[in-house]
Amino acid sequence: MAHGPAKGITRWLYTTNHKDIGTMYLWFSFAMFLLGGVFALVIRAELFEPGLQIVEPEFFNQMTTMHGLVMVFGAVMPAFVGLANWMVPMMIGAPDMALPRMNNWSFWILPFAFAMLASTLFMEGGAPNFGWTFYAPLSTTYAPPSVTFFIFAVHIMGASSIMGAINIIATILNMRAPGMTMMKMPLFVWTWLITAYLLIAVMPVLAGVVTMMLMDIHFGTSFFDAAGGGDPVLFQHVFWFFGHPEVYIMILPAFGVVSQIIPTFARKPLFGYASMVYATSSIAFLSFIVWAHHMFTVGMPVAGELFFMYATMLIAVPTGVKVFNWVTTMFKGSMTFETPMLFSIAFVILFTIGGFSGLMLAIAPADFQYHDTYFVVAHFHYVLVPGAIFSITAAVYYWLPKWCGNMYNEVMGKTHFWMAFIGLNLTFFPMHFVGLAGMPRRIPDYALQFADFNMYASVGAFLFGAAQILFLFNVIATIRGGRKATDEVWENPEGLEWTVPSPAPYHTFSTPPDVK
Amino acid sequence: MCIRVKRLFACLLVLLTGLSQSALADEIERWGVNMTQGVTPVSRDIYGLHMDIFWWCVGIGVVVFGVMFYTMIVHRKSQGAKASNFHESTTLEIIWTVVPFLILIVMAIPATNTLLKIYDTEDADMDIIITGYQWKWKYEYLGEDVSFFSNLSTSRDEIENRVPKGPNYLLEVDEPLIIPVKKKVRFLITAADVIHAWWVPELAVKKDAIPGYVNESWTYVDEPGIYRGQCAELCGKDHGFMPIVVKALPQPEYDAWLVAKREQAAALKALTEKTFTFDELYAQGEKVYGTVCVACHQSGGEGVPGVFPAIKASAIATGGMNGHLDMVVNGSSKNPAMQAYGPQLSEVDIASVVTYQRNAFGNNMGDSIQPIDVLKFKQGQ
Repeated sequence: MAHGPAKGITRWLYTTNHKDIGTMYLWFSFAMFLLGGVFALVIRAELFEPGLQIVEPEFFNQMTTMHGLVMVFGAVMPAFVGLANWMVPMMIGAPDMALPRMNNWSFWILPFAFAMLASTLFMEGGAPNFGWTFYAPLSTTYAPPSVTFFIFAVHIMGASSIMGAINIIATILNMRAPGMTMMKMPLFVWTWLITAYLLIAVMPVLAGVVTMMLMDIHFGTSFFDAAGGGDPVLFQHVFWFFGHPEVYIMILPAFGVVSQIIPTFARKPLFGYASMVYATSSIAFLSFIVWAHHMFTVGMPVAGELFFMYATMLIAVPTGVKVFNWVTTMFKGSMTFETPMLFSIAFVILFTIGGFSGLMLAIAPADFQYHDTYFVVAHFHYVLVPGAIFSITAAVYYWLPKWCGNMYNEVMGKTHFWMAFIGLNLTFFPMHFVGLAGMPRRIPDYALQFADFNMYASVGAFLFGAAQILFLFNVIATIRGGRKATDEVWENPEGLEWTVPSPAPYHTFSTPPDVK
Repeated sequence: MCIRVKRLFACLLVLLTGLSQSALADEIERWGVNMTQGVTPVSRDIYGLHMDIFWWCVGIGVVVFGVMFYTMIVHRKSQGAKASNFHESTTLEIIWTVVPFLILIVMAIPATNTLLKIYDTEDADMDIIITGYQWKWKYEYLGEDVSFFSNLSTSRDEIENRVPKGPNYLLEVDEPLIIPVKKKVRFLITAADVIHAWWVPELAVKKDAIPGYVNESWTYVDEPGIYRGQCAELCGKDHGFMPIVVKALPQPEYDAWLVAKREQAAALKALTEKTFTFDELYAQGEKVYGTVCVACHQSGGEGVPGVFPAIKASAIATGGMNGHLDMVVNGSSKNPAMQAYGPQLSEVDIASVVTYQRNAFGNNMGDSIQPIDVLKFKQGQ
């Protein structure tokens, strides 16, 4: 056995250990989750009642922008990279990630990117205020001076994601234990492999679009300025060519997580493993040809509208297959409902509701009424909060005993679940209604008929926020002590990670395991 | 989806809630939980599509969640359930691939038809050019020599909670868009600065207003009435404060309005020649400032540091008259948010607002300018 971790702060600065880096990713993403959450609560506090009470419209727009950016790039994506760092080597019987030094670097540039992004809040003219989708020319000609810092922050985040993705692909393709064939890999590994390819395909596109903005702002080009021969709609095409695969980047690893958890607590193997792999691949492929469904109202030719409508509707098919497979996995199992399972079941139900509203949004003529309303806000929060956030939470409860060797407090875990579940539905379900009734998104003040539901949503948001503090408390308490976990932790779970001791030693699988 | 299935679900819902059908409908109406059916043939088609796809989703949801809850109740370890070991069935996989696909085809057909109808902008009876500005709309009646701006008319006092809010809070404007009923009205939609989106739910028209491009859309309103909407694309600070109000009138009333509007414009033009007193200019200027300038420069003229410059004690408002006029008429070359108001405001309004700015907020310059001098300034350029 090799040496253990170094002492002091240098352990974390110089580490090339996948577990240390995974831990740092997870803590970083939780910090960003709280920061993005505070931004969201500022939004919900202002929207508690009609009228302007707490913040000015200018600052409100900065909050919506920063909330989106921090949650997408700071909370969800690094959390999944952290889970991949911890779990992928252990699941495929590898001693570490394939490129450990790059792994260190891909994490350590992130805090700088977000420090730079957060610093814009204190700059003259304020933080970026043009929405997380930063449509030109609002984000170029009309942007506050801090937009340049935003652009460089996005560049750094993109570099970090690309390095993380290269590392994951190299690890999965080259470092599987003998006998671990592709079609024996756990689904979490499969979904991350596909996600990593998506990342490599689209993060350069994001870097390209922000660089074009930089050129327009500082170097006199007119990519997005019609007066100079450019096209503001070009921005949206390039952005959403990145943006749509990006939303699957945030959900495919979540599919992987629940595909690990549900079989464990149903005590039954995953139903339709092969079809799960094919469905995930189909979703990844389709994600590249549906981008303009975010732009049904820009005035595309009707042939374009029809193509993107049909392609978008098609996504329902592989997504449906996945949901049916999870339900059938549970069917005739022997189920128990520990915290990870509760979060996973809530994932299946609420993600499906988000899928339904997605299907409705795919119908282009109906989208003319839904587009840019709170219906859309409800939709993407239903797929991202119970989708990405719940699956990450489930993953933490599921693997935490393996990571630190102690069992978490089940009562506290379940309390966290029910608070989050009720808070989430109270926050986001009424948004469907106000959206259909005509409330546009990204407004700091609203007409009186939307008042009741907005008040519910704000109450729900604070409940959801409070639940996360309980989560933090539970995790810290578990790391510091608690009932010792067994090596298997759960009842006969599948997977190599359960064959190593709890807590997992600093180095695992220095000699490859036998995979039958 | 067939009517019978729809009714079945509606009945189920009613049974579940224990309400009579009309009471339920009333509740839904009161809370505003659903999309409007609107007042045009297209809006009703869209509502139909929306309800069809909604009921399909409800149906699928009932089956999937039904199985899930059944299994969660019956197949639990605490109930002594023993786990089976089945984990593959090609037949099942094929069924649940093909069936959703067929449902999608059933939905795609009417959606395609409606979309083609919406895209048919030919043979319009009249055209209106709609231009989005930060943060107001301009309406130009093509070939009619009528054009005007439409600004939010809700007062700052209501927004800042100093007085109770009116029933149309944030959904009221100083001059609504007037259109005739039972006419195919084509909208040519564009923008002057950033991207906006013109949306009126009851007309089911939502189209992006993009600087440098002209988008087409159309409507055919059945019944006279007032229909309210809002900008739907984030367009900066006051995105939430640029509503749209459409007033649909019977043809004769519409024609009369058009004539009156032209006369009003001519009368306004004649005022350019008139000499105003300082107090008249100041009073009118205060009104114009409250509609046009206040969003950025704030009610006390203090601006927003780092974003919108102050007028209070500013070099321009307390400097030479020509420099001040130049800024208002031609806008700022450095800050695109300061638009060129020359083409937007009448000479009277420009003279008034410049006079106001030079004398309000403690600027106390003591001077004023007449509309005719504004006209000369514009012509002299």
